[in-house]
Amino acid sequence: MDNPFLHGYVYPGLWMLGGILAVMLPVVLAVAFVIYFDRKIWAAMQLRRGPNVVGPFGILQSFADGIKLVLKETIVPASANKGVYFIAPVLTFVLAMVAWAVIPWGYFGDTKLVISDINVGILYLFAISSLGVYGIIMSGWASNSRYPFLGGLRSAAQMVSYEVSIGFVLITVLLCVGSLNLSDVVEAQRGTWYGIPKWFFLPLFPMFVIFFISALAETNRPPFDLPEAEAELVAGYQVEYSSMTFAMFWLGEYANILLMCAMLSILFFGGWLPPWEVAPFTWVPGPIWMIIKMSIFFFIFSWVKAAVPRYRYDQLMRLGWKVFLPISLGAVVVVSGFLVAFDLLPNKG
Amino acid sequence: MADVELKNFNLNFGPQHPAAHGVLRLITELDGEIVERLDPHIGLLHRGTEKLIEYKTYLQAVPYFDRLDYVAPMNQEHAFALAVEKLLGCEVPVRGQYIRVLYAEIGRIANHLLNLTTHALDVGAMTPILWGFEEREKLMVFYERACGARLHAAYFRPGGVHQDLPPELLEDIFTWTDTFPEILADMETMLIGNRIFKQRNADIGVVTADEAFDLGFSGPPLRASGIAWDLRKSQPYDGYEKFDFDIPIGKHGDCYDRFILRLEEIRQSLKIMKQAINEMPAGPVASLDRKIVPPSRGEMKRSMEALIHHFKLYTEGYKVPEGETYVAVEAPKGEFGVYVVADGTNKPYRCKIRAPGFPHLAAMDFMCRGHMLADIPAILGSLDIVFGEIDR
Repeated sequence: MDNPFLHGYVYPGLWMLGGILAVMLPVVLAVAFVIYFDRKIWAAMQLRRGPNVVGPFGILQSFADGIKLVLKETIVPASANKGVYFIAPVLTFVLAMVAWAVIPWGYFGDTKLVISDINVGILYLFAISSLGVYGIIMSGWASNSRYPFLGGLRSAAQMVSYEVSIGFVLITVLLCVGSLNLSDVVEAQRGTWYGIPKWFFLPLFPMFVIFFISALAETNRPPFDLPEAEAELVAGYQVEYSSMTFAMFWLGEYANILLMCAMLSILFFGGWLPPWEVAPFTWVPGPIWMIIKMSIFFFIFSWVKAAVPRYRYDQLMRLGWKVFLPISLGAVVVVSGFLVAFDLLPNKG
Repeated sequence: MADVELKNFNLNFGPQHPAAHGVLRLITELDGEIVERLDPHIGLLHRGTEKLIEYKTYLQAVPYFDRLDYVAPMNQEHAFALAVEKLLGCEVPVRGQYIRVLYAEIGRIANHLLNLTTHALDVGAMTPILWGFEEREKLMVFYERACGARLHAAYFRPGGVHQDLPPELLEDIFTWTDTFPEILADMETMLIGNRIFKQRNADIGVVTADEAFDLGFSGPPLRASGIAWDLRKSQPYDGYEKFDFDIPIGKHGDCYDRFILRLEEIRQSLKIMKQAINEMPAGPVASLDRKIVPPSRGEMKRSMEALIHHFKLYTEGYKVPEGETYVAVEAPKGEFGVYVVADGTNKPYRCKIRAPGFPHLAAMDFMCRGHMLADIPAILGSLDIVFGEIDR
């Protein structure tokens, strides 16, 4: 009757597996559609039509591309370091996926919709996104080719630089929340001040801007797409990749962009919370709010891509170290000073 | 520890590179991302145009000029037509001259639209190129309506132009000159107002006026260095002296100056186009000398003489009296010159082509040294390189 093995391991294991699938599958599916939307938004800004052949309005384009890539031959350069060459895309993809474990989606009844509600959620996310650079460095090095090599070098410098300012921005948010748990971050934004949603993007607006721009740099999106700058490095670290290895980079990249959209919504726009907790807004379930907010950020990501030229390597470094770092560092001092001075610290211990 | 020899990083930029503007191959020597040395290799698009022309009659040589700088085909034909006319001592009727001026300026805008937008693409702005090509497509349609071909026009021929324009075409071109500045302004806001674009171009690839002379620059790169030299003003051909337009010049000679200079040239070209359309007289479009320009189809049905002329012109061609000449026009890319040596037969003895892009490309090493890898496409874009004319 009471099988300790079954209750101790099998059921919780299955429950966990179900949770993982419930997040993973929508994310992978969303990535496919997000690539389609990216291309459509981009096309609209360029007075083009974008993909419109496969399926109604071309919505199945990403799947057609996926099938095409799977069926292609994987070409391995003769001089490549084979082990590292194959680990690189896998690493990129896996890291882009595991990060979703701590993203909270709201409540279903009393159940918290999150795979793993750990109390160091932000640190976990930060660690995972820092590891993301390894995929690119490894691919750049293992390809044993010149363009990927330069791309790998660039991305190593770039991602490290912007990681620093992202870190300080996170600290300012954490100071206001008093917890590293992402659900707590969202809960801290519940309610309103005089009718204005109590979301962090208002008091921390400069931090929000810095985080958004750093997120562009972190995900190698224009104007910071230097590692794959087609005008200089052809496709940077992706030059030697084909077939599924290339597809994994591609999927990982877009999954990371979505992750950044999710982080932006959670940290600054109240995650799954509706703007006002009154009638029509409360009818919409939390995950939907989250998806709406993420979609808006994704639109801005695409918009930026269509609108701006690319930074040069030294200009990018200057922006990261001489502009963002001092500002975000200063903001940490200002925010903490403000919180102490007005006795607003969340956890007075 | 053993001595380690430090070597610079050699990078092969092209010939298959998204920013190489055709089939350019640059051997670059990099110290990190800094360009130490840069060696442009040419010849990948060499077709032997000059030699081929020696085996063709003067009329048959015209289409080869379309294939040089295929971005603005008629401007090249213009130089050859002028050179042959000079040797023949043949006059072009005024309407023919106006049509040539109109189409030369359309070619200039088509060229600058392509160059400005691909320059933007080279520094990473991917949207303006599609906006620009929408307009450029309309220009190609104007080409097509005049001569039947979008690209390889063979429209400017020794003696005038091939045929008269349909009456509605001039109206449509005029309407376009009114609507186009709006799109130009949009592109300008998108790029000139963008600080990333400024950072990528200002003070990149600076060439002073003296250096520009030494490097043999002409056209926009020369004017961007501050020298007001434009063949349309300094040695007007085909009635350019009758038109009111300005020559924009730059102050710094950097990529940014070259960019805005071309934008301003587009505006001046629009001005010339409007004048050409408004003041275009009626009359023949090509010389009435039937030993050079073939008669109309209708004439051939009625006159035996005309039929003979037609037959002779399309089999043997016309004989050009002995002599040699160098004629240059202000092509969109700079001074495009043709040096023709005629030996009294129906074929040129020698036809040397001076392509403006050649000295510009030769200056790449000088301009890129000490800049970063990412500046190579910016400089290349600002020089307006097209391989059709460089490799010939």
